[in-house]
Amino acid sequence: MKIVVCVSHVPDTAARIKVGSDGKTIDPAGVTYIINPYDEYAVEEALKTKEKLGAGEVIVITLGTEISKETIRKALAMGADSAVLLKDESSRDSMGIAKALSEEIKTQEAQLVFMGKQSVDYDSSIVGQLTAELLGYSCVSVCVKLDMDGDKIIAEREIEGGREVVETSLPSIITCQKGLNEPRYASLKGIMAAKKKTIEEKPAAAFNPTAEIVGMHLPAGKQPGRIVGSDASAVPELVRLLKEEAKVI
Amino acid sequence: MANKILAVLEQREGLIKRAGFEAASAAVNLAKDLNSIADAVVVGDTVTNINDTSKYGIQKVFHLKNSALHNYSASGYSEAVANFLKDSDYEIVMLANTSLGKDLAPLLAVKLEASCIVDCVKIALSGNDIVLTRPTYAGKAFVDVKPLSVKKVITIRPNVFKAQVVENPPSLEVTVKELSDVNIKNRVTAFKKSEGKLDVSEADIIVSGGRGIKGPENYHLIEALADAFGAAVGASRAVVDAGWRPHNEQVGQTGKTVSPTLYVACGISGAIQHLAGMSSSKYIVAINKDKDAPIFSVADYGITGDLFEIIPALTEEIKKVKQS
Repeated sequence: MKIVVCVSHVPDTAARIKVGSDGKTIDPAGVTYIINPYDEYAVEEALKTKEKLGAGEVIVITLGTEISKETIRKALAMGADSAVLLKDESSRDSMGIAKALSEEIKTQEAQLVFMGKQSVDYDSSIVGQLTAELLGYSCVSVCVKLDMDGDKIIAEREIEGGREVVETSLPSIITCQKGLNEPRYASLKGIMAAKKKTIEEKPAAAFNPTAEIVGMHLPAGKQPGRIVGSDASAVPELVRLLKEEAKVI
Repeated sequence: MANKILAVLEQREGLIKRAGFEAASAAVNLAKDLNSIADAVVVGDTVTNINDTSKYGIQKVFHLKNSALHNYSASGYSEAVANFLKDSDYEIVMLANTSLGKDLAPLLAVKLEASCIVDCVKIALSGNDIVLTRPTYAGKAFVDVKPLSVKKVITIRPNVFKAQVVENPPSLEVTVKELSDVNIKNRVTAFKKSEGKLDVSEADIIVSGGRGIKGPENYHLIEALADAFGAAVGASRAVVDAGWRPHNEQVGQTGKTVSPTLYVACGISGAIQHLAGMSSSKYIVAINKDKDAPIFSVADYGITGDLFEIIPALTEEIKKVKQS
């Protein structure tokens, strides 16, 4: 079985974000990029699934630019077999991303697709569902547990206050949440092998934008408040402030 | 009429949730600004509190009913709502950005060929255009987004748009549409409740612990304080990665982004990932031994010092206030 895993190249979660000179995107200066953290769970689950099946092929699909190859190599080093880089210099809305991914998944004829539940840049958390719907696949979003039996999928997704158990069937897209698995580290052997694996490059499918970012701004900085005290003796004053000033208790 | 709005009232176990009423209220307010109309739809089997919807200014609710839709089904719900919309002139669909709303909105957007803008914290008009503000980079930045399609599916962040009771609630017209044929490709077969009493994403008050709590064996101090407040228990990434607490309690980037009325950070230094996820809380209290910890830069009230003395004292004091 062909298993696709979609990964994206995103700013490190520790990055300090500054608005770029266009006023619409971030200033990339000094920002390090990493594999989207949720995509690591997706890669791991794809590899685990292939190992369980004892056969198959894990193909990485990334929509990005030349610099995204760093992230692709990371997924290949973890054990994915090959990769496709869908090249696009423009910034796309979620629908445009889903369009590119769905066209390539169709080309690959993959029935099972993993991706992170959201990318930590635009945080929209809808690309998996959009892609599935464009393809007519079922989708399990925010997945924290996955069992498969032939075409049948029994998954758990994280919701408010617990998990819901979802039953569905292939073809399907699973969006992965922290807790689904422990992503493996790439071994030295894996890193060496990744250098020899192919990354096919092609232009991303065209799309019509459905949304336009007209501005980006930073949150109004919160003014530091006051230090009420330096030990337990400050507790009554804190509680008074919470009650009388903040009126939250 | 242009710009007609349909709010999706999220129900669980036959009860419309607060987040559903927030979507209704936001739809009513936007309709006012657009000189338009907002109605609502609820998908499910028996729903017991539909009548409450008029409190928020909604006049018409359509109930898409089938016993197979009691639990959420991605395929069942999205087809039911999309089929209903195809025969109507609604252009804007408003949902709450809950786990259900986030799952359903994109499916609707594809079926309706609509723009899909999620997790909005502000809705404004610029001339005739709707401009939606939403957080990116876990709240380190915000973008203003203009949807370009005629149809728009919008989700709003819970707890940000309050469900506002209107002064003279209209009389409510409920239309029940019994659906004969539903497509249940995804079936929810069970719900497993997590151990915590309250979920951080739905709580009004959150008490979170960080590395300063020193070990899972001390976390009962955080739980006791949370109990006293009637709060949810949260955790920093360090604490979750160390395996002391489950991931569903993690606040911050790669965890949950929260904006409760009160956030109490205990022994949390305030790494940028954590601050991104909680600094939009209305009030923040920080308890940390390091007076230079970044958490104090966002805290309204801070106590520097030993949390093993301060937390129990605070717990007792809150209990006293609550009892009086």
